[in-house]
Formats: sequence, structure tokens, C-alpha cells
Amino acid sequence: MAIQTPTTPMHHPNLVDGTRRHILDLDDFSPEEIELVMATTDAMGEVLGREIKKVPTLRGKVIVTLFYEASTRTRVSFEEAGKLLSADVINVSSSGSSVEKGESLLNTVRTLQATGADLIVVRHPHSGAPYFMARNLERTSVINGGDGWHAHPSQALLDLYTIRQHRGSISGAKVVIVGDILHSRVARSNLWGLTAAGAHVVLCAPPTLLPQEFLDGSYREDPDSSGLASVEVTFNVEEAIQDADVVMPLRLQLERQQAGLLPTLREYSKMYQVDERRLKLARPGALVLHPGPMNEGIEISPQVAHGAQSLIEEQVHNGVAVRMALLYLLVANKEGPPSTAQDTPSGELPRRIRFL
Amino acid sequence: MINTTQPILIRGARIVDPSQGWDRAGDLLIGDGRIVRMAPAIRNGSLPKGCVVVNGAGLVACPGFIDLHVHLREPGYEDHETISTGVQAAARGGFTTLCAMPNTRPAMDNASVVDYVLRRAREANGVRVLPIGCVTKARAGQELAEMWELAQAGAIGFSDDGSPVANPHLMRQALTYARGLDLPVINHPEDPALSRSAPMNEGRISNRLGLAGWPAVAEETMVARDIELAALTGGRLHLAHISTAGSVELVRRAKERGLPVTAEATPHHLTLTEEWVRGHTTEGPVAGPLTYAAYDTSTKVNPPLRTRRDAEALLAGLRDGVIDAIATDHAPHAVTVKLVTFDEAASGIPGLETAFGALMTLTHKGDLPLITLVERMTQGPLKVLGGRGRGLGSLREGSVADVTLLRLDEEWVVRGAEFASKGKQTPLEGVTLKGRVAATIAGGRVVHSQVTGLEASDNT
Repeated sequence: MAIQTPTTPMHHPNLVDGTRRHILDLDDFSPEEIELVMATTDAMGEVLGREIKKVPTLRGKVIVTLFYEASTRTRVSFEEAGKLLSADVINVSSSGSSVEKGESLLNTVRTLQATGADLIVVRHPHSGAPYFMARNLERTSVINGGDGWHAHPSQALLDLYTIRQHRGSISGAKVVIVGDILHSRVARSNLWGLTAAGAHVVLCAPPTLLPQEFLDGSYREDPDSSGLASVEVTFNVEEAIQDADVVMPLRLQLERQQAGLLPTLREYSKMYQVDERRLKLARPGALVLHPGPMNEGIEISPQVAHGAQSLIEEQVHNGVAVRMALLYLLVANKEGPPSTAQDTPSGELPRRIRFL
Repeated sequence: MINTTQPILIRGARIVDPSQGWDRAGDLLIGDGRIVRMAPAIRNGSLPKGCVVVNGAGLVACPGFIDLHVHLREPGYEDHETISTGVQAAARGGFTTLCAMPNTRPAMDNASVVDYVLRRAREANGVRVLPIGCVTKARAGQELAEMWELAQAGAIGFSDDGSPVANPHLMRQALTYARGLDLPVINHPEDPALSRSAPMNEGRISNRLGLAGWPAVAEETMVARDIELAALTGGRLHLAHISTAGSVELVRRAKERGLPVTAEATPHHLTLTEEWVRGHTTEGPVAGPLTYAAYDTSTKVNPPLRTRRDAEALLAGLRDGVIDAIATDHAPHAVTVKLVTFDEAASGIPGLETAFGALMTLTHKGDLPLITLVERMTQGPLKVLGGRGRGLGSLREGSVADVTLLRLDEEWVVRGAEFASKGKQTPLEGVTLKGRVAATIAGGRVVHSQVTGLEASDNT
């Protein structure tokens, strides 16, 4: 002990060999795992395109969505994904459950495990809650559906998928994330996914909405974020959007004004709103993504949000396919890893998908 | 059974007594609750009748440790700790004097609560408990507590610890008023408007974990404020658990100005860093992707674990005396308030039973001479206690027989479940420490012993 230099563990559980039990963030995803998720998402997208879009793959499996925060997109798409794979999906929210009576997160998730839940998708206002759950569950898998300011891996994966669908590759693309980076779990998870895929990421925000290490540049020397060394930071939105391939404004919450981080939302929207005039600075045909929910007229203009370059509804659609892939890869593989690694060369479909 | 009047001779130990600048082999004789003699060799013929003779080979004997900063939780939070379990933990950790913080329920803001704590401490019959009174009524930061009456009842200083005295005018008045009592005001330096009760240090790890950050500057601005108020008032200021390189520098300059300022640092801020919050094993922190060990609530403490640079500055300050004392800030909690998310978890580390072993990692590495370590746990705290510590912290003839016996090279594995303290959640769980307290003698009574031939006294 005593101020040692941190050591790096050797092996991480992963989806490729079936040893992964939880999806908590993308920082521990190998390139092979990302490829596997993308390929599986393609297959799931094919199911979604069918007239009867249901397969029996997860029949007899129980999936619980446990949401301590309001959510439309994430909760509904996980529920739908589970149902389309024929799992039994149970939705638990903090209101209307024993959480309201003060039951702790620990007792709640141990109870859900005891009822036989195979997997819990959790959304929690406190960063790290899914890690806490993973530590305290022996049988039930956990997918992080968004924790505090920390991570939102399924959102980052669907963003990655959506960009790849339109561009083929992300490598070398200039991706601009504009807005409240400091409080954004979407930005944090996307940073892992995008930089690993070789994107040139630019963060743009008023200085009060950037983490200190991006302000003073120390992230470049940060051993913990070595993958992020190529990230660029600017306070100027025009400069950021110039020649961008992808523009991703983030939701700006009213609380930031009340907390003294911004004078007014009005000033923010004047300085940073992604509108048609600014979007013209990007490459022709640049893609516009938004993790939702949008504050139209604040961080994004309605014209851009619903314009020809907007992929916002496509993101939601892809979100279902990505989440089907994640549920499948975690739950269907839960019996154990594939018999041999050679059965699943990367890029090909895992053999266990059984379609009707 | 050994009672207070039983004479004990510790023969042939390495005796480390910073009060006399003594670090060499010798014999130590105690009896009647006092140090009778310390000498290179005490002849058998001169021993009193019935004297217990302990073979001191392989042992270090030093004055009992004095902890300026513990939370005994009683009255009010007996599920977290009681005075009885707290003093047992202290005995195992080699501490013979504890200064008890007043953030109890009700708070120690009046003489009757002080009386209660002192009575419970007498009943616990372990080590000495010196109460610290509140600065303000109910620690609410609005009006001064009855400081004179608290002092009469036995308070050795004043603190709203857990919270700072946030209002600078009130802090000025407290320092001024305490001058008349010649007692220190012990402030918890944290500007709450800047720290916003964030759960960990602000920096790259908080960003990585998506946790709000408690910036170093929230401590340093208040340290600077308090130092100027001490200069203005002439009141004695003691700064609790300073944790940043900037604070060390401010205290250093205050001392150069000759101001009546003292400071303490904790074992955890000296030996652990914010890397531990990110995830650790029993070998230390881990890098790379987050593991399930991330967000370990046993590492949540206020002020938070800081950077390596801060820990190194604290160690330098401790070595050269800018930091007067090591204090554990022993802050035990029931497991229920730690088995929650990091944001929700209570802050605090139970430090009494691991302090010495953890600090010995510094000594074994050659970063902190043993005599300095012992000085900062005995003589250093006395600078804060002043006259209230008379007779303590020394092996000089006639001093109170507070003696701690140490085995510097004994390796042991930390197991929270085996703590005497009710606080079982420690960041050092499973860690192997080298250096252990072998026995503790408080006021001539053996309150803890793993030494052959030295039996612990009955707890009656």
C-alpha cells in the first residue's frame, strides 16, 4: 500500500468469449467486442424490419428495467428489445415500488435477483450505482442504462452504429460534441467509443461546462485517459463545427443556469445553439445526432433537429436494435462461452442466434 | 490481573521517547500509574515487590499515542460506535488519549453532554477521553456555545468538526473568546459553498468517475482565512485534517510569522490517494478500465483522499514539523450507510486500529524516522492540548504511565470484521501491514496486550 503506482489488471471479461457478465461502460470494451455488437446489431436490425418482428431467442428469460430517473427512450427501447426477443420484461421504477418506502438499492437488487431476474437494466442518478450492483450480485447481469454523470454505454454504441451506418467508417471523421460536457454521461461514454474507433473528437462548451482537466489541458498527460489525448477542446462553436462530419449537441438543463454555471439559457443558445447557419460550416451532408431529450430552441434549432441532416429518429430506431444485441449477447450467452472460440470469428454472426 | 498499582518492568526494549530525544535500548519501570524510571539498565535488586517483568526483546516502547481527532458517536449514534467500542479500538491501536469530537446527538455544546461522555468513558475504563466542545450551539454556526462552561466541564478545545465555522465573523469571535480560556479553536477547513459536499477530490479521477469534485481550493481558502483571523485575534487556531499541498504551504508561512497556529494530518491522507477511489485491490490502486471495485465507499472520507502530490507535501510537512500532529479522524459508520452508492455513502474511515501499521509503511520506506512518527503522535498533539495534557506523552520520570509497545516488523492482514470498532469498512481491508501495536498501557493499566507475560487488566 501507501501511494503506489496503479497497476493494470491483465484480463477483462468480454463478450467474444462469453465471459462478460455486465455492461457498465465502454472503457473496458475491446475492438473485437465493439465489432461483435455492431454485427449483432445488423442482425437485430434485420429482425426489426420484418413484418412480425419477434424471435424466441430469450424465451424464458427475465429482464428487469430498474429506473430511478425519468426516461422515455432508454427504458422503452430496452423493454421493446427484450420483448421482441421474447424475454419477460418487468419494469420497476422508483415510484410505485418499495424504493418509495425507503428500500435501499442493495436490498432492491438482491430482491430482484432472488425473484430470478437474469438481467437488470438500471438507470440511476448516482454515478457508479451499476458498479455497486455488479459487486453485490452473483447471478444477475447488469446493464448500465445511464448512471449520474458517468456513463451511458448503450447510447454510445447506438451513436457509433448510426454513424457507421451512414459513413461506413468512423476513423478520421471529425465529431463535434457541443454542450454540457461536464455533466454528460453520454459525452463520457462517447469519448471512449469514438476515440477508440479513430474519430477526431472536438469538445465544445462554455468553460464552466467543461471538466477542469479539459480546461487546463492536463488530460493530455493523464495516464487514465491516454485514449483521449487526441481530443481537441474549444470554446468557440463556429471553430468547432468548421468542416465537421458529425455534430452532436447535448441537452442543456435549466439547472445549470440556477447553479450559476451560465448567465441565462438565452445567452447559451445565442452562443452555442446548433442552427442552420452554423451547420453550414460543417462538411456538406454532415450528420446531426442528439441523445435526447431535446430542448429545441436551446441547444439545437427546430430546423436542424427536424432537418434533412438530422439522424435523431434513426438513433432511436437503432437504439432498439443495439439493445436487442446487448441483451442477446449477455443473456443468451449466459450459460457459458461458445464451445470454441473458432465458432465465432469476429465479424460473423454468433452461432446462437435462432431466428424463426 | 494487573491493576493500576501493579509495577511493571519492561526489560531490554528499544525505548523511543521524543520528549527526551531518546532512542536506544533500555529498561522502563512503571508503578502506581506513573513512570517510575527509564534507564539503560535497571537492576533486579532495585525492583519493587511483585513487579511484573516483561521481556522487551523485539519491542519498541514509546509514550502512548494521543489522538486529537476521533468520533466516538455517543450519545446519539450508538449504532456507529460507542464510547466503549471506541476506547477498545484505541487500545488496540496504541492510543492512550482520545480527543472526542462533539458532533454527537445531542451535540456536545453544553456541560451536561460533556459530563455524560466523561461518565461513559469512566465506565468504559479503557483509555483517557478528553472531550472537545462545540464552537456554536448545536453546531449550527449561528451563536457561540457556552464555551466557558464547556471548559469548566473539561472540554480541551472547541470545534464544530464535520462542519466548518463557515461565518468568518463568528470564527473571529470564537478565536477571541477562546483566548480568555487559553483553549484552541479546532476548525474543519472546508468552504461549503466551494466544496458543495462533493464526494471526492476534484480532478481527473472525479471527472473519470462522473462524480462531483471537492476542490483543494475549498480547503485552502478557509485555511488562509483562519490563519488571518488567528493573526488578528491572537487566539489559538488548530487546523483539523489538512489534506492539500496548498494548505501545508499556508501553515508553513503562518508558522514563519510566529502565529499561534497548529495543524494535523491523518494517516489516510498521508498514505492513500484519490486513485484508491477509482478502484483498488489489497496491493493498491488499479489503472485501466474501471473494475467492479470502482467507487468503493470505504474510500469516501471528508476531506477526500487527494493526489499523490498532496500526500507527498503532507509527508514533507509532517517531517519538518509544519504539521504538528497525526490525528486519525477515526470516523466509524454502521455498514448500512456505507453499502450504498458513492454519492449517498457516509464519509469517514475507522482509523484507530490501522493508523500505526499504515504509518509504518512510511517509516519502512525510509520516508519518516520512527522517532519523528512517535513525536507527531505524542509530543505534537500536546502542543494543541497545552496545559490540559500535562504529564502525558512522555516517559520521563513522574509522567503518567501511558506506554505503547510496538513490533515494527510484525506483518498482519487488516480485517475490518475483527476490529473492536463498530466501523468495519476500511479501504485497507485485506491489506498486509508491517508494524503492529503489541500492547497498550494507559495510566498504568494494561488495556491491550499480545505480549507474553503481560496480561490485560480486567475491564472492571
